[in-house]
This record gives sequence, structure tokens and C-alpha cells, in this order.
Amino acid sequence: MSDNPLLKVSGVSKFYGSRIGCKDVNFELWPGEVLAIVGESGSGKTTLLNCISTRLLPTAGSVEYRMRDGNFRDLYHMSEAERRFLMRTDWGFVHQNPADGLRMTVSAGANVGERLMAVGDRHYGKIRETATDWLGRVEISADRIDDQPRSFSGGMRQRLQIARNLVTGPRLVFMDEPTGGLDVSVQARLLDLVRGLVNDLGLAAIVVTHDLAVARLLSHRMMVMKDGHVIEHGLTDRVLDDPREPYTQLLVSSILQV
Amino acid sequence: MATPLVVSEVFKSFTMHLRDGIKLPVVNDVNFSVAAGECVVLGGPSGIGKSSILKMLYGNYAVDAGQILVDHKDRIVDIASADPRTIIDVRRHTMGYVSQFLRTVPRVAAIDVVAEPLVVRGVEAAIAKENAAELLSRLNLPRELWSLPPSTFSGGEQQRVNIARGFITSHRVLLLDEPTASLDATNRRVVVDMIAAKKEEGVAMLGIFHDEEVREAVADRILDVSAFSPRKAIAA
Repeated sequence: MSDNPLLKVSGVSKFYGSRIGCKDVNFELWPGEVLAIVGESGSGKTTLLNCISTRLLPTAGSVEYRMRDGNFRDLYHMSEAERRFLMRTDWGFVHQNPADGLRMTVSAGANVGERLMAVGDRHYGKIRETATDWLGRVEISADRIDDQPRSFSGGMRQRLQIARNLVTGPRLVFMDEPTGGLDVSVQARLLDLVRGLVNDLGLAAIVVTHDLAVARLLSHRMMVMKDGHVIEHGLTDRVLDDPREPYTQLLVSSILQV
Repeated sequence: MATPLVVSEVFKSFTMHLRDGIKLPVVNDVNFSVAAGECVVLGGPSGIGKSSILKMLYGNYAVDAGQILVDHKDRIVDIASADPRTIIDVRRHTMGYVSQFLRTVPRVAAIDVVAEPLVVRGVEAAIAKENAAELLSRLNLPRELWSLPPSTFSGGEQQRVNIARGFITSHRVLLLDEPTASLDATNRRVVVDMIAAKKEEGVAMLGIFHDEEVREAVADRILDVSAFSPRKAIAA
């Protein structure tokens, strides 16, 4: 167990005018830990994810990230260029809709290679080799490397987006409903893949989902949100097996059994 | 060495907010400990709180009051108040759990399900798989099933995968929730032998066994959970 968190979130709030996006959220995330943020649509999950990942400026609070040199930096006191560099190299962001995270009109190989070039790789042969390797890891066959993601199925696009994000060896990955909109069989494949990669690479991840089964499979820890507030927070097994808050009990009792 | 597992003055109830907030007491004032190399069996009728006790010890249930002390990496961790990260570490290194039913992960092969606890502890994948194969053959799971995901297996087959997964590590504390419930006589005996071997290694075990023959064979001591039942107090 490492003794330092990777991310410290303190008092993060976001207001849209007088409406609450999320209010006074506090937590720490350690390396190798997967945190699920669950709640129904409009509960503030995505707002919170965007505030933490600097895609949205919070109204109040601070988010500190432990850089590779071991020092904590407040993300909102960094320059825009530094933040962008962090996003491109040390972080990944997997969008619900792959079209938001991919460049749809360049080849699959270039989608993966682009992130490598951002961290300074210039050797074409090496980039292509790494890209091919990553396509294999996300189960996309090598002969599709020159095809554009436009010609891919939804599940394949999502796997490509994951490859694009992980190729630079990030330490923290944000995922917004990574399995939303996919067939269950495709979902299962993606979940298994993400689970394996997170374990193998020792990533920390924050996964927003409204699917409690996804949260159970992927996460160690879970935060339940309602109306912008975190109403329950704990070990994933504990929150799902022994929910304490009325709203969490309602959520858990609403899961369909197969 | 400290006692591997000490449970002290533990109270547990459920508040059902969807049922007008009624409070269901589960257990009151639970006190016991399990020594190294000892297998303690929880006794008492169904619904008395045996599984709940195991779930509290493993961190799946929160407790209202009391302490659950586990000797983890040469320090004492109180599961009742530990943060999620500590509980995960305790599960990874100190306390194993064989549940009644296997929670299957889609697409993951049986042999990988079994090997996983070793892999997350940093054992090389090939070695972990070898150990998994050894356990699965010992438990007579047909070799042609090893590479299949267990979701389509029969109850007994799933249970054997589950047992293998629980026994593959050398955790110092092992919780067993009816591991032999859907096994035939041959495999029950295999499990009894495996439990005996764990005792030899000094593992502290706490289990629920409804099968009398198995219970006789493995129990060093039977702990009657009715003694902690709040309902008994009401009836008396």
C-alpha cells in the first residue's frame, strides 16, 4: 500500500447559477484504486467528474494531484498548458460516446499513435508497432489498423477509445458511463477488458455509471450521489450489500435480477 | 503472535427505510475469538445471523457497535472502523472468504477466476495458473471446463471453483459460508481434507456447515449463534 494518495479532492462544489451541480465533495484516491460514482441521471455524477478532470471549472474547492516527481499540485493553479500536458500523458478520459474521444476521420492506428506523438514519440515504425500491440490488447484485429473508427461498431469504437487513452501509460483514468449504450454481450467483453487492464497496469480510475452491476465488477469503493450531494460512500461491497441511506436502499432494491 | 481474529461486543441491525424505517435487530453483543489452526463452526437455526456475522467480518456489512480485530501484517486492524482501502488490503493479504454462491465475472475462465487472488498479490500469472489447475483437479472439476467462464456451470461445479479460489492463497484467516452445501460425498471429503491441511498450516477458520458429517469432521468448537440473537431475548 502506498502511503500517498494520487488525488485529493476537497470541498469541490459547482453551481449553475443558483442550481446545484455538485456540493462540497471530498475524497482521496490512491494508486491502483477504482472509485465508482453512482446515482441517477441528473444527480451530479458527470458534473463532479468534469470538475475533477479539469474539464469544468468548479465554483469552489480544490483538486490536488500528485505529479510524477511526488509533489502535489493544485490543478486549478496550473497553467493551461501544464494541465493539457497532464491530460494528454498522465491521464485518460473515456467518454460515454466514443465519437467524443476519438478522431473519427483518421485511422485507428493514428488515433492511438497521436497520443504517443504527444509524449514525444517520433519514430513511425515504433509508433505503429505500439499501436498494433494496443489494438491487440483491446481485441481489435491488426488488419483494421488503417480503417477509420467510423467503420467500427459501437463496441469496437469504445475499445479503440480505451486503447487511445491507455497507450501512454497514464496513472489516472476517468470513465464516463464506459459501457452505456452497448449491448450486454459487448458490455461484458468491455468490462472484462477494463478490469484486466486496470489490474495489470495498477491504474487508479474514477468511473461514473448508473449501472450498479458495473460498479460492483469494476470498483473497490463507491460514492452514491443524489441532487448534487454525496449521500453515501464506502467499500463497494458494503454499499451494495448493506446500504444505509434511504436513497441507496431504493437504488439497490431496484436492480433487476436475472 | 496475536490472535488472528477477535470479535468483541458487536451489535448489528438493519434499518429498512423503504419499510417505514423499521429496525430489524440481527445480533447483539457478539463476542468470540478464533485461534491460529482452529476451525470454529457457527451453529444455530437458519436466519439466526450466522451469514451476517461472516459478512460483517469480511466488511460487506457495517456494524452498529463493537470491534472486529484482525491481525494484519503485524498490526491489529479493526474491520468495524477501517477505511475501504484497508479492508481491501486485509482481504488481499490476510482474510479469505468462500461465499455460498460464486459471483461470476462475464467471460473470465474458471481457471483464471481461481488464480486471480494470487495474481493480485503479485504472483506470476503462469505460477498462479499452475496452482489453480492443481486445486481444480483435486476438486475433480473436469478439465474441459477450466477454460470456460463458470456462469453456465452447475451449482456444485461453481461451488468448487469458489472453494478453489478461496483456498489458493495462504491467508491467515478464512471465512467459509457453507462451502460444501451442493457437493457430492467425494468432493465433500476433499474439502474436509483441505480444511484439515489449512489447520495444519495454522490458518484460523470460521465457518457455517449445515452438513452434520462435515461439521463433525472439521469443527474444533461450535459457537451457538442463538446466544447472540436479540429475538431470543424477546422470547425469553
